[in-house]
Amino acid sequence: MTSMQFGIFTVGDVTPDPVAGRTPTEAERIQATVKIAEKAEEVGLDVFATGEHHNPPFVPSSPTTLLGYIAARTERIILSTATTLITTNDPVKIAEDYAMLQHLAGGRVDLMMGRGNTGPVYPWFGEDIRNGIALAVEKYALLHRLWREDVVDWEGKFRTPLQSFTSTPRPLDGVPPFVWHGSIRSPQIAEQAAYYGDGFFHNNIFWPIEHTKQMIGLYRERFEHYGHGRADQAIVGLGGQVFMRADSQDAVREFRPYFDVAPVYGHGPSLEEFTEMTPLTVGSPQQVIDRYAAMRDHVGDYQRQMFLMDHAGLPLQTVLEQIEILGTEVVPVLRREMAVGRPADVPDAPTHASLVAAVGGPTDVTVYALDGVTGRAAEVGVG
Amino acid sequence: MNPVAPAGGRTPAGPHVIAVVSAGLSEPSSTRLLADRLGEATVHSLGERGVVAEVRTVELRALAQELTTMLLTGVASANLRAALEAVARADGLVAVSPIFSGSYNGLFKTFFDLLDDGALEGVPVLLGATAGTARHSLAIDHAMRPLFAYLGAFAVPTGVFAATDDFGHSSGVRSDDDVAPLAERVARGAHELADLVAVRERTAPTDPFALTESFEDLLRGQ
Repeated sequence: MTSMQFGIFTVGDVTPDPVAGRTPTEAERIQATVKIAEKAEEVGLDVFATGEHHNPPFVPSSPTTLLGYIAARTERIILSTATTLITTNDPVKIAEDYAMLQHLAGGRVDLMMGRGNTGPVYPWFGEDIRNGIALAVEKYALLHRLWREDVVDWEGKFRTPLQSFTSTPRPLDGVPPFVWHGSIRSPQIAEQAAYYGDGFFHNNIFWPIEHTKQMIGLYRERFEHYGHGRADQAIVGLGGQVFMRADSQDAVREFRPYFDVAPVYGHGPSLEEFTEMTPLTVGSPQQVIDRYAAMRDHVGDYQRQMFLMDHAGLPLQTVLEQIEILGTEVVPVLRREMAVGRPADVPDAPTHASLVAAVGGPTDVTVYALDGVTGRAAEVGVG
Repeated sequence: MNPVAPAGGRTPAGPHVIAVVSAGLSEPSSTRLLADRLGEATVHSLGERGVVAEVRTVELRALAQELTTMLLTGVASANLRAALEAVARADGLVAVSPIFSGSYNGLFKTFFDLLDDGALEGVPVLLGATAGTARHSLAIDHAMRPLFAYLGAFAVPTGVFAATDDFGHSSGVRSDDDVAPLAERVARGAHELADLVAVRERTAPTDPFALTESFEDLLRGQ
């Protein structure tokens, strides 16, 4: 029985509530994020993902701290990122942090690589935005090796060379976390995902479906080219954005004041225009079901659908109600509808369990230090 | 790769396409009037060289709200996407703006700001402008030409400026100065644009999703 994954992703923005007229504190926003993640698990969603940002008004600068805490308070939900900045983070630290998280979360971890959308983050972390693609390519190539080779010798353009380096802890059960690559309009990133046989996520919440279709099409074609399976077996994820009430007019009335002044699209298009141009759906649960059940008509059977639910200053209580509706009224129906006519050989998104099963079971891959002083075997012929 | 490729466009087959962008704000607009005449004259001039061409007009006024939406959100409506593609795929461009405060208007600049990078590289362009009096005529050379230089377009030497008065002097040299009448200047600009369009090699439009480098090269840092 195949099954799509459904989840929510947060940007972690601290945005004024235009209706209540107040702005949460960072402390309130962080605690709210934890409650939102717990709610997602409670209503049966599969994935909770957090963004990574390094400037106000965003709080999630330290995703593994947040996800580690949530991991301890949940049992089933997969913890992910949307996105992890592969351009400005040190891939060595990503390898270490997420392997640690993977151990603590019992394997309930995957990641989505992205390049970020805030220009100054590059210089703040000592990088040059003009190298965005090159950074993503080189740093991911290193990360990929760090999780798969016990001892890495490496030299590249963007970080100090490594000699005899072992990233610890080694991945849980000998299986690295599954990786998605997120990109809106860079074919090189779709190519990167295809090259490694990794997942490709198109965060289409600000894009018309025609555009999404083209990027996914390119990824699928190249996934097959690199021999990971047929194009329709590639691992695809989409973004989404909804606001629901039992009566669709109530949903529109309640969401409009948030929409009208929201970061990113506020003061621009009308709610009606934006819902027509993008996957944003404001209405009844049935309208959301109809809209999202049709996504696969555009991009083929896919593996993961994520929703943005907690932005634009929506109060926590409202967000929790929205997640409740999503988890209890929308997702169960979408699960059934998406399973209809889905070929049996179109895979689910890989999970830790499926990846472990694919390699014939768990392996302990602990690297033990050979020398109590340096942590490594003495180099022969050195000195 | 692109399923929404419009008919025609900068492809080896089909008629040449002259995109005509008009940033006039009123309806009817003298800017649009000039734009239409420049477009027609270019098609006529190409016809004399045996080149079949057609005009695709982009009236920016009709896209004003959608342009603002795209500025703010990055999302282009279907109409705006079609307009941007029509210009990006054209064999030649006629670009006409009213002159406001010594320069093209904001609507005109917004449209060209939202074109994909490189979309006009090497594309022949005829510039036109309108204003109440001829005092603003140098705005074509001082304001519009630098914009198209930045965009890498080939702007032809003649820019066609129409003051309100010019529409009343359709034949003969004006009595108050020695400038050729508007119809002659339109024909001269169109002739120059047609010269460039006719000899320019037609290539398929760039697919923004096309891979231009192999991933192995990227991995090697090349």
